[in-house]
Amino acid sequence: MTAALRREPTREPTRDPVLDRAWDAASAVVDPELPMLTLVDLGVLREISIGDDGAVVAAITPTYSGCPAMATMRDDVVRELRAAGFADARVRVVLEPAWTTDWITPAGRAALAAAGISPPGRAPRRSGPVPLRLAPPRRAVRCPRCGSDDAVVGSEFGSTACKALYRCLTCLEPFEHLKEI
Amino acid sequence: MPDVRSHETHEPDDHDNAYAGLLVNDAHWAFGTDFEDPLAGVDTTVPDGVDPAALATYCLMLGDDALVLSQRLAEWCSNAPDLEEDIALSNIALDLLGQARLLLARAAAADGTQVPALPEGSPVPDEDRLAFFRDDLRFRNVRLVEIPNGDFAETITRILLFATWRLALFEELSHSRDAVLAAVAAKAVKELTYHRDFAGRWFLTLARGTDESRRRLLAGLDTLWPYWTELFETHDVERETAEAGVGVDPAGLAADVDVVLDQVLAASGVDRPALPPLAGVQGRKGRDGRHTEVLSRMLAEMQVVARAHPRGHW
Repeated sequence: MTAALRREPTREPTRDPVLDRAWDAASAVVDPELPMLTLVDLGVLREISIGDDGAVVAAITPTYSGCPAMATMRDDVVRELRAAGFADARVRVVLEPAWTTDWITPAGRAALAAAGISPPGRAPRRSGPVPLRLAPPRRAVRCPRCGSDDAVVGSEFGSTACKALYRCLTCLEPFEHLKEI
Repeated sequence: MPDVRSHETHEPDDHDNAYAGLLVNDAHWAFGTDFEDPLAGVDTTVPDGVDPAALATYCLMLGDDALVLSQRLAEWCSNAPDLEEDIALSNIALDLLGQARLLLARAAAADGTQVPALPEGSPVPDEDRLAFFRDDLRFRNVRLVEIPNGDFAETITRILLFATWRLALFEELSHSRDAVLAAVAAKAVKELTYHRDFAGRWFLTLARGTDESRRRLLAGLDTLWPYWTELFETHDVERETAEAGVGVDPAGLAADVDVVLDQVLAASGVDRPALPPLAGVQGRKGRDGRHTEVLSRMLAEMQVVARAHPRGHW
């Protein structure tokens, strides 16, 4: 039996209960830097496959090249799979296609907003050279605390590689925005 | 992040004690308590018709550029003009460190003979051996990234120059016949776009700011300009890998890079300095492993702990 399950936000269970059990176990792992998101919410868990010998391989993709949470995610996936009864569990890295914030699921976006982090808008799509932007970035951002859309960017870089810093001009509180890539 | 509204109807929760939960899961005590292979499970077969040694050296060139600038930017940590810029420079350093790690790992996978040997039983992975156990003469970075930071204006200018060039390079590299290089480049393009635009906005701000900010910016640009043309000089390894379809000839990037840089300079009211390029040592420069004196001192600081503990577990 060889089976593969691909990342799908609206995934229906497969007809293979063992594969579903492995998927569910790996799905329980959260991003240590964004613990309100599972690896499925984040779009980082790309595939689970089970070989003829019962070995489970989970494929995960890094969010940023230097994301320091990758090692923890890998260890946690292996631990959860072993706890679910898969003694032979491995993680492989998938580099291509590169992760995009568009893969964050609707549930993940809701969880971010509930935790006070503004979810990303649509990632830029382009062909040809990346255009230079000398003006401050313009995004439709809503303050996750008071709902105001009157906010200014403080910095395009935040407490983790994936976030920008904003300040709400209505409630005056700072908040973070998961930036589009 | 605690919900501020919970103060109104406070019930005991796990935010009451900052230490609660720290030791629930020992793996979360610190990130990366063990070495892991950043290319685990990735197919690192060298494409047909490509010399593995040349591919590895090419990866070292691009990896060393990122590693050395990352180390320089990390020197800003806790020293930047304000907290936001401190965090920004550290973020850029982290992105570059991630790129360096993948590129050094790809170099090692292509040609293991270039990886320094360590004592039997050393757990140090290949990319760390390349980063911490090579001397300056074996580093292949362009000299632009190794010179000291200077002030904030000079640091911003260096990020602008480097990221503008590297973004153009990696856009082309994302079509490399080497699937690993192509994937690393495609991801890095997204990161470099943020770096370039951040530096471009600050360059404009400093140029149009006060007399003092403009004076410092122009002085920084003058310091860096002699290192600029080196980025577009084609080394034999770059030529060979470009002809094999895995690398990029940097000479071909000049026109695209100039368009972007001129946009920033024009908006800032700054002219290109009329300064000659810095000569090499008997014609040999950063890509040949011939550096300015400061690189060896920077590496001494960067490498000292790893070299003191070649069998160390972290």
